Order: sequence, then structure tokens, then C-alpha cells
Amino acid sequence: MTAATAIAPQGPSLTSRLSTYFYLRPKLLLMLFLLPPLLWLGIVYVGSLFALLAQSFFQLDDFTGQVIYQPTLGNYARLFSEVNLSIIGRTLGMATIVTIISGVIAFPIAYYMARYASGKTKALFYVAVMLPLWSNYLVRVYSWRLILAKEGAIHWAFDAIGLGWLLDAILTLPVVEGSSLSTSYIGTCVTFVYIWLPYMILPLQAALERVPRSFIEASSDLGARPSQTFRKVIFPLAVPGIAAGSIFTFSLTLGDYIIPQLIGSSRPFIGQAVYQFQGTAGDIPMAAAFAMAPIVIMAVYLSIAKRFGAFDAL
Amino acid sequence: MPSKAAIATDRATPKAGFGLTAGAWFAVLFLNLPILFIVLYGFTTDEQSYSFPPPGLTTKWFGVIIGRADFWHALWLSVSVAFIAMIAALILGTLAAAAMYRFKFFGQEVVTLLILLPIALPGIVTGISLRAAFDLADIPFSYWTIVMGHATFCIVVVYNNAIARLRRSSPGLIEASMDLGANSVQTFRHVILPNLATALLAGGMLAFALSFDEIIVTTFTAGQQTTLPIWMFRELVRPHQRPVTNVAAIIVMVITFGPILLAYYLTRDTQDVAGSGK
Repeated sequence: MTAATAIAPQGPSLTSRLSTYFYLRPKLLLMLFLLPPLLWLGIVYVGSLFALLAQSFFQLDDFTGQVIYQPTLGNYARLFSEVNLSIIGRTLGMATIVTIISGVIAFPIAYYMARYASGKTKALFYVAVMLPLWSNYLVRVYSWRLILAKEGAIHWAFDAIGLGWLLDAILTLPVVEGSSLSTSYIGTCVTFVYIWLPYMILPLQAALERVPRSFIEASSDLGARPSQTFRKVIFPLAVPGIAAGSIFTFSLTLGDYIIPQLIGSSRPFIGQAVYQFQGTAGDIPMAAAFAMAPIVIMAVYLSIAKRFGAFDAL
Repeated sequence: MPSKAAIATDRATPKAGFGLTAGAWFAVLFLNLPILFIVLYGFTTDEQSYSFPPPGLTTKWFGVIIGRADFWHALWLSVSVAFIAMIAALILGTLAAAAMYRFKFFGQEVVTLLILLPIALPGIVTGISLRAAFDLADIPFSYWTIVMGHATFCIVVVYNNAIARLRRSSPGLIEASMDLGANSVQTFRHVILPNLATALLAGGMLAFALSFDEIIVTTFTAGQQTTLPIWMFRELVRPHQRPVTNVAAIIVMVITFGPILLAYYLTRDTQDVAGSGK
């Protein structure tokens, strides 16, 4: 008798009545779960995006410095000027290169972590990937400026082994040209790759980790060589991870204004343009119109990445 | 024809090839050598240009930072913003994950996209959007405008951790709990929550770190307030006492090293979560 009461207490308790109540009204429970995050994202985030869109159609009066709240396409006409298009093109090119290089550097370490490292080694690798992510972003950017500077470690090392002329020759090439690595596109690119690399490694490693061992064994049982197994089984299953990681490397490069400001030639990127319009110029409408460029680019990019299964690997 | 070696390498404890090992270690060095430079330049006697190798070493910058009230002020602001943003993200992210896991509903894909969008779009878009909205709605900059921006992009981190854990845990566990007479509140309290706890802790810590280090969005929502990253940015472009920033970075790294390890140990065995049976 006592045992029976312990298992099934007499009369429905509050929690079980609550449980039954929601069991019979699943839609209510769904609303209860979904409403707070939806309201937050809907009001704060989507609301702000609409505010951005609205602002992009207003215009700053050049004489008074006041915003005129009348719809106009003036900002967009300015956006399609040659100067601004070249800023967008430059940023797009940089984001593409950074994404590709990140993928190439990330794959070996992600693959090694997922398939070969275990125990202490795995913990070490994990910390090695996470530590940079957790240490201060600005200081990491700045440390690259120091490493890449004329008086910094890389120039010093090249000179020490007598290859200073090679570095100088590389720096006179068209496009990359700069007086030192820290004032050339190479420097900007290296720093971008460095800062965003963990964002590529982590989803890629997670995707590789999800490849069932039985698939790999089945593949080799069916007579595939390790290289064939890699090409036909492992790599295709890693693609969603690469696509997920590439969203970060691409998007983060597209919107960053600190790195190109501290490292690289003085030619501006999208982020700097937006920042300067809203800050120094006080022209929020033009900054808003400029911010539409990365939004449109990312919309296209996301729809492509989605086809590769990126959203399931984030 | 598969050779014996080919089969052997695919067995339980495979050995990596030289190229792969080299590639992996290259990435490790690439990611961590610059951090050594941060530490090295925290001790340099050269306070303006950071030449390599440093002309001399000193520990005086550690003393300097203790006396810098503005540093401790910025550190405290960042910690408190990150903490509140983390709590908001934990609540909203967990609720979203629960809804997405438990239910199939119309428009689910749109909701997924909505949750992912704040990190899928560049930070500058989030920043300038909030700035545009505050401007239109005449909201003055405050502590809460910073928190609003941060919580928005932190939700997804918690959501990702929570939903990954939910998807990996076996539905059999929940069914077993119900079969044994537990109601859904009890099942949540005794089965789902213990299973989810470490994922939430890890997600929360990532959210904290993300907020703690954020500058791109923050510059648009902070007004005159100085979070730690903004403080650092100002220090870096000032021409003197530069090593102070490095010392600040070292302090932050030492403080955050523990949580990284903890987050790792909390989530590493996710494929062996109770009842997954794979």
C-alpha cells in the first residue's frame, strides 16, 4: 500500500494537472515556447532591419546636416557610383579569397581532430582552436600588425635568412603592392584568415565527427582505397560543414571594419564605408543604403549555402 | 583490390599520414603563435613602436594597469553586459530550441532562418540597423541598448548547443520516462534537463565570450560608454603606453582559459549521451 502511494500519489498533483493541460493543448505550449524568442527577434532584430530599410530612403540635407524624412532614391544612386562599386567589389573579392584559404587551412586540422586525435591530444587541439577565439579580438588583430610591420617579426625573419629581397619583390607585385606586409592586401588577408579560422574549423570538425565509422568501414569492406573512401564518402559528408563555416568567414569578412582599418592599404572596405557615413559624416541614411549591399550579397550567399546543407551543420 | 594496409588504416585506431599531421600542426601554430607575441609585447620596454626583437623586458606594465581605473571600469561594464546578455540568450535560445525540437509546424524554416540571421549577416548590418532604429524611435544610448544588441546575436549560440544535444539524445528516454508514469513536468525535470544542462552551460559560456569580445555591433549601440573592447581600441591608437593593452589582453586570457577547458569537457562526449545507443 505504501509502495503504491509512492508510485502513484492520490489525486492529480499540480504538476501532473499542468502536464495534462498542456498535453491536451500542444498549440498553446508551442506558443509559450516560441513566442518570447520570436517577439525578441521579430521586434529588436527584424524591426531594426526595417528601420534600416526605411532610413535608406531618406536623405541628409547637405547644408543643415538634418535628415529629410521624404522617400528618395538618391542614396542608391550614390551607391552605384564608381567609387562605391569598387569598394563593394574589393570587399567581395577579399571575402571570397579569405573563405577559400580558411577552408584549405581548416580541413587538415578539422579532419585530424575528428578522426585521429583522442584523449589528451584532442583536448590540446580543442584548446588550441578555442584559445584564439576567446582571447581579445582587437589585440589579436593588433598583434598581426606588429608581426607584419616593417620592423616586425616576419620582415625581420626574412632578412635574417637572407630572403628579404624575395619579400620586397612580392610586395612590388601589382594588386598586393605595399611598402610592408602590414600595408598590403596580403596582410589584410592573412589577418582575416587568422581571425575567422576557428569559425571554419569548428563546424567542419563537427560535420566530420558525425560521419559514422560504419560508413567508412563499409566503404573499405566494399573495396574502396582510403583515398576513394575520402573522396566518395567522407568529403561529401563534410560539405555541409564547409558550407556552414564559409557563411561565417564570408559574412564576417564582408562586415568587418577594424581589420582593414588597422592593417592594409588605405583603400576602404564596405564596413569602413558604413562606419564612416554614420560616424564622421553623421549620414545614417547613406550608411543604411550602403549596408544593403552586404545584406543582398549575403541573401544570395545563404541561398546557395543552404543547398549544400549548411543550415543543418551550423 | 584493397590491400591489407588499406583495411588496417580504416580500423578502430587509425594513424594519420605525415601530410595531414603537418597540416594540422601548421594550423595550431598559425592560430597560437600570434598569442605568444601578445604575451611577449606585454613585457617589452619599448612603449611606442613594438620593434622585433624587443629591446628589453620589464614587468612594470602590470603595475601600471592596476592603477588604471578606466581599465577596471571598462572590464566591469563588459562583464556585466555579457552576463545579462548571456542570461537573456539562455532563456530565449532554450525556448526556441525546445519549440523547434518538440514540434513540427508551418513556417519552421522561417523561424530557423530568423534565429540564424543575426550571425549569418555581417555584424555591421546588426549594428547599423539598431543604430537606425534607435535614431528613428528616439531611443537614447544606454546600458540596455548595448545589452539588446548583444543578446540578439547570442541567442543563436545557445540555440545551436541546445538543439544539437536534444537531437542527439534518444527519444526512447522520454518515452521510457512517460511509460514509467512520470508526467511531462517530471520528465522535463528529471530526464530532459539533466541531459541538457551541460550543453546549456557550454552555450552560455560561448554567448558570454561572444558578448565580452564584441566591438563591431557595440560601437553602434554604446554611445559614450566604454566596454573593454572599445577601451582597448582607444588605447591601441594612442601613441604611448601601448603594452598596457597587451597586459589587459593577458589578464583576460588568463581569466577565460578555465571556462574554455570546462566547456570542452562538458560537451566532448556528446556522441555518447545516455541512451543514444550508437
